Amino acid sequence: MTDVAARPVTTIYRKPRSETGLWSWITTVDHKRIGTMYGYAAFFFFLLGGIEALLLRVHLAQANSEFLTAGAYNSLFTMHGTTMIFLFVMPASAAFFNYLLPLQLGARDVAFPRLNALSWWVFFFGAIFLYSSFIFGTAFAPMTPDGVTGNIPINGGPGAFDFLASSPNGGWFGYQPHAGPFYSTGTAMDYWSMGLQILGLASLISSVNFIVTVFNMRAKGMRLLRMPVFAWMTTVVAFLMLFSLPIIAVALFMATFDRQFGSTFFQATNGGDPILWQHLFWLFGHPEVYILILPAMGIVSEVIPTFSRKPLFGYSAVVFAGAAIAFLGFGVWAHHMFASGISPVAQAAFGLATMTIAVPTGIKIFNWLGTIWLGKIKFTTPMLFSIGFVAMFVIGGLSGVTHAVVPSDWQQTDTYYIVAHFHYVLFGGAIFGLFSGLYYWYPKLRGRMMNERLGKLHFWLMLIGMNLTFAPMHWLGLQGMVRRTWKYPEEAGLQTWNQVETVGAFIIALSILVFMYNWWRSKTHGEPSGLDPWDARTIEWMTPNPTPEYNFAVPPVVESLDDFWRRKYAEDEEGRAVRRPEADQVIAELEEIGNNPPQPIHLPNPSYFPFLVGLGITIISYGIIYHTTAWGKALIVGGALLTMASFIGWGIEPLEDEPEDHTPEHLEPAEAL
Amino acid sequence: MAEAVHPEAHGHAEHESTGVDSRKLGMWLFLSSEFLFFGALITNYLLYSNRTGFNIYPREVYDIPFTSVSSFVLLMSSLTMVLAHNAVARDDQPQARTWLFATAALGSVFLAGQVFEFTEFIVHYDMKLTTNPVASAFYVLTGFHGLHVAIGVFMLLSLWGISRFKGRLSEEKGMNVEMVGLYWHFVDIIWIVIFTVVYLIDAARV
Ligand SMILES: [Cu+2]
Repeated sequence: MTDVAARPVTTIYRKPRSETGLWSWITTVDHKRIGTMYGYAAFFFFLLGGIEALLLRVHLAQANSEFLTAGAYNSLFTMHGTTMIFLFVMPASAAFFNYLLPLQLGARDVAFPRLNALSWWVFFFGAIFLYSSFIFGTAFAPMTPDGVTGNIPINGGPGAFDFLASSPNGGWFGYQPHAGPFYSTGTAMDYWSMGLQILGLASLISSVNFIVTVFNMRAKGMRLLRMPVFAWMTTVVAFLMLFSLPIIAVALFMATFDRQFGSTFFQATNGGDPILWQHLFWLFGHPEVYILILPAMGIVSEVIPTFSRKPLFGYSAVVFAGAAIAFLGFGVWAHHMFASGISPVAQAAFGLATMTIAVPTGIKIFNWLGTIWLGKIKFTTPMLFSIGFVAMFVIGGLSGVTHAVVPSDWQQTDTYYIVAHFHYVLFGGAIFGLFSGLYYWYPKLRGRMMNERLGKLHFWLMLIGMNLTFAPMHWLGLQGMVRRTWKYPEEAGLQTWNQVETVGAFIIALSILVFMYNWWRSKTHGEPSGLDPWDARTIEWMTPNPTPEYNFAVPPVVESLDDFWRRKYAEDEEGRAVRRPEADQVIAELEEIGNNPPQPIHLPNPSYFPFLVGLGITIISYGIIYHTTAWGKALIVGGALLTMASFIGWGIEPLEDEPEDHTPEHLEPAEAL
Repeated sequence: MAEAVHPEAHGHAEHESTGVDSRKLGMWLFLSSEFLFFGALITNYLLYSNRTGFNIYPREVYDIPFTSVSSFVLLMSSLTMVLAHNAVARDDQPQARTWLFATAALGSVFLAGQVFEFTEFIVHYDMKLTTNPVASAFYVLTGFHGLHVAIGVFMLLSLWGISRFKGRLSEEKGMNVEMVGLYWHFVDIIWIVIFTVVYLIDAARV
């Protein structure tokens, strides 16, 4: 191997040699590229889920509306929820995990770069699989259990967008027996259950990868309690996924067996238990809400200290509160089931357990407030989004506590009050946090800043739009507006506020257009950011921007929490930060070394096997849906062969070109056979 | 601090680490997830098995002596797995191949036993997947375990093939033998739990 010391060092290890173009993206194992692909895919599905929401809002602006057919309406609310959770917030969080975790730990990549690519490709094909239901899926009217009146298409009748009714339509939590074989005939819900199964596999693989990365890949001196809070929240989320995904995998397999192979786990007509589905689903589903919100909490915990110019107040409290939320999150699932007839003792116990989660959550809120308190606050766009996060999340958190009170929950169950609650925590919470992170870390991606004026316009439009959309849902729900209802009567007096909500939804859409324009324009017109545009605290800002392919030219050695800050600032006697005289010199040196690695750097080989494995698994899934046909069986066998062959190829492919690979003596003598 | 095991490390990057090989740690984490997967399936079986009123229960049709024999076969395969791992550690390639093959063969015998058992239940007792939820739970649980054994056999044969046609299982691949071994022992342990809880204890109630 030749020593190449200068920047083109990145060209010496390529196996599939292309650096750019489609092939390089298909074969990449670079965590930053994978993170970028996750990010763009997530945003694409955010737009799709948003369009679905806008169609729903247009429909609901009118009492007795027939803008959408009932079938299209069912499919749209199901796909809106499923998309926003599994195809937007989760992969958007994965984008941040991928891009930032190795940088925040001071590593060159994750522990298993090819497995990382596998997570991404499995997700990618799983998402396509789920959305292909719009083309291939079929949904039919309920069949009575004796099968007499089945096979009547549920679309038809007045209204538009009939063709959308072929996609999953059983709600994002697929309650049984409604989503079972008797009441959801056709293949729509098969696409849902198999699709989520594939997406779950992708998350499971990445959770293993991230945990090992955190445990084994930290830079020298980066002890666990010196990790940035975002890295901690990544770890907590990975553990949540590791322990909750197998539960939903079992539940989805059971549902698939009911639908495909005639078992009756959830079909009460044959001794099955529909409530068991609810237990299994929410045993996963409640941890899932923390899988959605904790990454945003991690982002906010990075942004607020940076722009308050103070260390995070109570770092270890924030970390342990995150872990406590995750731990408690496994013991509260039945608060989703207070109306399902579980025993009063269980209701009381789960209500109490749910309230205890408010304690660690409150700790976090007060720690963020304590960080802002007496800080030298800079109201940049990322800071505004983080403050917006805290404010909106508090509203959603408080309405959440009202669900923990059983009698009050009975009033709220399946009304728009619930819809208001989870949009305050997931839109006002998770999405505000994610946008905060996008503005904050954009320079790492492009080496430029996003436009602040457009960013602030985006923030205010989004804040106003989201409150107009979701705040009225509180009182509409308490007035008795039932969620997922296709029509509401005019006499109910619900129309005015519904129209306000629809206006709000379009203001949100406008804010997203502003964001997209800003994102696109900043790529060429943004101010060059330099290495440290925000005067940041954590070590991911110690590499040049955009981040070089090898991350750190010289792996950093960490001496404290917020190590980058320590290199720039000392403390005076009263504990105030004083910029060190050599701070600018430190930054200039990092920039210089970061662009000119003193030693050759090995990076792992690209590989196309992760892509093929993801493809193979998806082909098997199509085959299972159509397993009664000959070509369905052929798909199962073909997909299995492709998967197995790809795994063998993966197993014998060298991870990187090792020096001895190039020496003839390395050739094995024949007697070894 | 343990030597970093990251593929691109090559000694120039010292890491903070647990000291456990990354691949091994990853496998342990994956197996902890698998543990919950089978935990949920076993719970599911017990739940339905405790309900009354079904026309037939798996516990009424178990052939305990037969399943004891096939369980013993699977247990023995853990022994041959250990021997294979040991042979790789000594760099005794022919021995390693023999024991890998033996492990795969014993696993296949277990799978054949499962096919026979399922056929018996379906043909002689008319207990099908669709008969009732407790039968469904039995087939899905043991079927998924069988699938794990089959995947294990596939991995063992892959290792055997690599050793056979690439010459040897190198030090790095030796880690792979250890990984497949971890997986294999896990699948064995899960079977011991299934055999005890789902077969023996449940059958004792008849
Ligand atoms: Cu919950």
